[in-house]
Amino acid sequence: MSEQRAFIDLDDDHRELREPVSALCARYPGEYWREKDRERAYPEEFVQALTDAGFLAALIPERYGGSGLGIGAGAAILEEIHASGCNGGACHAQMYTMGTVLRHGSDQQKETYLPQIASGARRLQAFGVTEPTTGSDTTQLRTTAERRPDGDYTVNGQKVWISRAEHSDLLLLLARTTPAAETKKRTEGLSVFLVELERAVGNGLEIRPIRTMINHATTELFFDDLVIPGSSLIGEEGRGFRYILDGMNAERILIAAECIGDSRWFIEKASAYATERQVFGRPIGANQGVQFPIAEAYAQMEAARLMVQKAAALFDAGRPCGPEANMAKLLAAEASWKAADTCLQTHGGFGFAEEYDVERKFREARLYRVAPISTNLVLAYLGQHVLGMPRSY
Amino acid sequence: MKVLVAVKRTIDPNVKVRVKSDQTGVETANVKMAMNPFCEIAVEEAVRMKEAGSANEVVAVSAGADKAQETLRTALAMGADRAVHIVTEAELQPLAVARLLKVIADEEQPGLVIMGKQAIDDDSNQTGQMLAALLGWPQATFASEIEFKDGTADVTREIDGGLETLNVNLPAVVTTDLRLNEPRYASLPNIMKAKKKPIDRREADALGVDISPRLAIHKVEEPPKREAGIKVADVAELVAKLRDDAKVIG
Ligand SMILES: Cc1cc2nc3c(=O)[nH]c(=O)nc-3n(C[C@H](O)[C@H](O)[C@H](O)COP(=O)(O)OP(=O)(O)OC[C@H]3O[C@@H](n4cnc5c(N)ncnc54)[C@H](O)[C@@H]3O)c2cc1C
Repeated sequence: MSEQRAFIDLDDDHRELREPVSALCARYPGEYWREKDRERAYPEEFVQALTDAGFLAALIPERYGGSGLGIGAGAAILEEIHASGCNGGACHAQMYTMGTVLRHGSDQQKETYLPQIASGARRLQAFGVTEPTTGSDTTQLRTTAERRPDGDYTVNGQKVWISRAEHSDLLLLLARTTPAAETKKRTEGLSVFLVELERAVGNGLEIRPIRTMINHATTELFFDDLVIPGSSLIGEEGRGFRYILDGMNAERILIAAECIGDSRWFIEKASAYATERQVFGRPIGANQGVQFPIAEAYAQMEAARLMVQKAAALFDAGRPCGPEANMAKLLAAEASWKAADTCLQTHGGFGFAEEYDVERKFREARLYRVAPISTNLVLAYLGQHVLGMPRSY
Repeated sequence: MKVLVAVKRTIDPNVKVRVKSDQTGVETANVKMAMNPFCEIAVEEAVRMKEAGSANEVVAVSAGADKAQETLRTALAMGADRAVHIVTEAELQPLAVARLLKVIADEEQPGLVIMGKQAIDDDSNQTGQMLAALLGWPQATFASEIEFKDGTADVTREIDGGLETLNVNLPAVVTTDLRLNEPRYASLPNIMKAKKKPIDRREADALGVDISPRLAIHKVEEPPKREAGIKVADVAELVAKLRDDAKVIG
């Protein structure tokens, strides 16, 4: 790939997208999300509105019916969604999971699936990597896809924390096609499949929802002799891990942008409340013990934002950006958690009341220090691969 | 028919406004801005007229600082064909805006000017009426339905007693009420198309009208906090309280 120069445009960070996105989000206010949260229900109306307005197809090339924008534009969209108090977690994967099909799929796969994903006729927003027994140690995963004489594959195994599987038509699945013992490197022998869920469920695939502390539609998947056609293999057999890694930088950057949006929401709420709430005859925000943590959270968010912008600029210039994408996710998730905690503390007892939305956003923001990659694993990556220290993973 | 639609950039209606500490106005620094909701309804109606074939061109116009351009981009993304930005950093009061809009209306010669009945920031509800007077055109305010026939428009208005329908000759000025329509979202493909649509920048100073403020604002205050109410035992106590404490009855 030729070295393109990477730029951050501080004056125009996709300004034209921000007002329209927040105008759409304004129709899904706190009470909408509170009710979904209470019922653990999928925010279908919100997801459909974003789909109809084409925002989830931002990154799909125009040739396949999307808008062909870069990751920086996707980041601006998701940031605004979160800054508006909404939750992109319900559908962010519809924006980027298709990247694996786009980069590594056959022409036929691209022509079949991408236009459907772009229009929203089909959703590809389930991504099956994590397993109960191997967790962060992805290359050790145990789900197998065995090639049969007729060219189809038989899938067996189990996945956990697979979000939105019940609200997706397609699942991008990582499974082992060559036993680890028969490969030279542990990253080899894994393959990626695009599984049509409407055909799989009830025919060897069972999806079981997991109740969690947030409304995230996450599930467990059980594969029991599920047969999938040979044509569902993406790219070459055995090279799946590499394909997945390619998509992860995009995921890291976009989720980091959501964390920036969350930080903005928390900081705005906190500073407004600190200015308005009177105790001891003056606004609580007049006390430095209340004001400074909010200012600190703001500074932390702005610093994290720069890393998100740097990672996005490198990504959009087609340059390597693994360290930056991971640092963006790390710093932004820490910043939003700091902002969340500060916002809750600023609200005192009222922070615990559902109607303020702070406790819900607080729970939701906490996720990003664990998923899609935990803070420690980002640090381990930086320690090992950027700084050359001894292996821990 | 060409439709001219005027739009204003205001504080986002979902933002809780705060009075500036020096009481000269409300805080707008670092506050989220958006298109005035009544203007959104006006843009939507204009775009629907074009879609229905009663209009063939929709021109959006806004007067204000540089940022007003973003609001015009939203109008373009909703379906306006082109935009005129009257650039000024000056404080604009309704008469000034009406005068500026008149210049543009004289140039553009639209068959209809449509705009919000008021802006949610200062709630003046004057600009449309003043513009109609300056142009010498009929006006129909608070529209909840607009229908065209034979070079005229039937405009239904929500009034205290119910609905009233006016028949106005065109060209006319119409201002929109809340129930006229539900504005669409600007979709991503249309936002991208809007980036290529032209915005004509016009310096307000060069339009030859006096836009200096006519009214001075002395002080802006938060509305008083609502005090907790009291419960009365019976009608007699209520009447006594109204007479002796509140002094609203004799
Ligand atoms: C709500 C939710 C949604 C999710 N959605 C998806 C999804 O759609 N698809 C999907 O595939 N996965 C998904 N995940 C899974 C998520 O990616 C994993 O939970 C995450 O990667 C951590 O893996 P684990 O839970 O197995 O933790 P473990 O790997 O068991 O780790 C537990 C803790 O130990 C630490 N740790 C582990 N190894 C090391 C080491 N070598 N050095 C230092 N610390 C270490 C970790 O940082 C972590 O804090 C989701 C998770 C949640 C909670």
